[in-house]
Amino acid sequence: MNSNPLNIRLAGLQLRNPTALASGILGYSTLSLQNIAESGAGAVVTKSIGLTPRIGYPNPTVVQAKCGLINAMGLPNPGIDKYVHEIRHAKTVLTVPLIVSVYGFSAEEYALTAQKAAEAGADAVELNVSCPHVKETGSEIGQNPQTLAKVVKKVKAAVHKPVIVKLSPNVTDIIELAKAAVEAGADALTAINTIRAMAIDVETAQPILSNKRGGLSGPALKPIALRCVYDLYEKVKTPIIGCGGITDWRDAVEFLLAGASAIQIGTAIALQDPAVFNVINRGINAYLKRKKLGSVKDIVGLSHRN
Amino acid sequence: MKTENPTTKTFTLKDRLCAKAKPGQFLMLWIPRVDEIPLSIMNAEDKQVSVTVKAVGEATKTLHKLKSGEIVGLRGPFGNSFTENHGRILMVGGGTGTAPLLFLAKKLSAKAKRLALVMGAKTKSELLFLTQLDALCTEQNTIAATEDGSYGLKCLATEPIEKLLNKEKFDMVYACGPEPMIRQVFDLAEKRGIAMEASLERLMRCGIGLCGSCVIGKYRVCKDGPVFNAAQLSEVKDELGISKLGFDGNRIPL
Repeated sequence: MNSNPLNIRLAGLQLRNPTALASGILGYSTLSLQNIAESGAGAVVTKSIGLTPRIGYPNPTVVQAKCGLINAMGLPNPGIDKYVHEIRHAKTVLTVPLIVSVYGFSAEEYALTAQKAAEAGADAVELNVSCPHVKETGSEIGQNPQTLAKVVKKVKAAVHKPVIVKLSPNVTDIIELAKAAVEAGADALTAINTIRAMAIDVETAQPILSNKRGGLSGPALKPIALRCVYDLYEKVKTPIIGCGGITDWRDAVEFLLAGASAIQIGTAIALQDPAVFNVINRGINAYLKRKKLGSVKDIVGLSHRN
Repeated sequence: MKTENPTTKTFTLKDRLCAKAKPGQFLMLWIPRVDEIPLSIMNAEDKQVSVTVKAVGEATKTLHKLKSGEIVGLRGPFGNSFTENHGRILMVGGGTGTAPLLFLAKKLSAKAKRLALVMGAKTKSELLFLTQLDALCTEQNTIAATEDGSYGLKCLATEPIEKLLNKEKFDMVYACGPEPMIRQVFDLAEKRGIAMEASLERLMRCGIGLCGSCVIGKYRVCKDGPVFNAAQLSEVKDELGISKLGFDGNRIPL
């Protein structure tokens, strides 16, 4: 009767382990998502999908920093009406939960896109209210508690699947926004999205990204994201998905100890390999054994104990 | 800067990292405030790297207008490289796809038992590096085919390839060029069980395996490729020479 010690339930989703693919990484096509699942991810989150297609920004859309990556892709996506076919296809292949990331330029757009994703078979939707580099969506929604609450309420009324809200760190008080999302019905919170950043080329004296400003991901974010998760765990009862610079099992365990029930991995896939999921899961497993703990659930929020 | 034909130029750039590139690898070239594009590497030595570029879009047209000494940005080298097979080799090139094969041929010509090349193009001026490649190949083994018959055989490159594969045994086929051509060569090689490596091209953004723009099947062309072997090419048959993702992530025909 030894059940998998990495199993965890989160907002009604049954995960075989607490690791998930973060939104924005690969995540267009079924085969990419399946490859990530086969590399050990417990769930996959798609790239953010909107109501209509977007080609995103011209290159450069990604620039390497010393301790991470700065990106401004500009939310390229095929639009939900095309993407529903990919969702249906993915659901016939994937054996892990499929979470569809959704963005919109209004509460109505979020709700309609989320509804179409859920009807096509998405196991949950994650609201991108934190993309830092596209105007009138993303963090412009997620930085205002009233606007955020309105979006979450509309989506909750439109879909009967778990609704996850991905929070922006580009705010004065993340707790205020988290509470607004939770009171509006969010089933889980992902913390955090990228931090606004940029890079300038010294030879040409030009900003490198075509959009000039972008979002920083990778190891530089980890201590900041960890603090956000720790604070959220103290103030809200909703399950938290930790995200930001996780590259090894130790990072992952830190997030779990801080209060995350699951974690998302993105940049590490580029800096390492998709196999990072298996490596991290093995590391968490070994940690549990070493600490003589039966389940990953036992360490969620453990650092808050006196 | 060297003009190869009316639409194609070779640019040689100073970059210590890219100068260490191996044949098959690519770099990301940034033209400030215009675009950043992937380019396969034509040569790398002495702290310099060369790329051969056909003027087709905004970025490549802008690049063609730059003057010697102007500054562009480089990232790389990225991706994997061709394996070095020293047996009986057939290279198949089309258009600017011939550039990385020239780089590879330079590494292999002294060691390979046999080095043959079939090159295809629409017209004579688009047959790139014919003289250099002819010198690197073993005698009488460079076959050129043009669609308009302005040089060499008047046919698609696949015709002489099929004849060659029927006539003699090769240990490895290296291919780079338009994907429909690669697909046909792959089908010919697969039928005969010949080892093959092909360099593929897709719309690319990040170049480091993150954004998913350049996927073919389960593979990322920028990180798992751009060079794929026969077994991998077989896995992506549904897309090879057929479709790619557009900038909005929609599947579009090649």
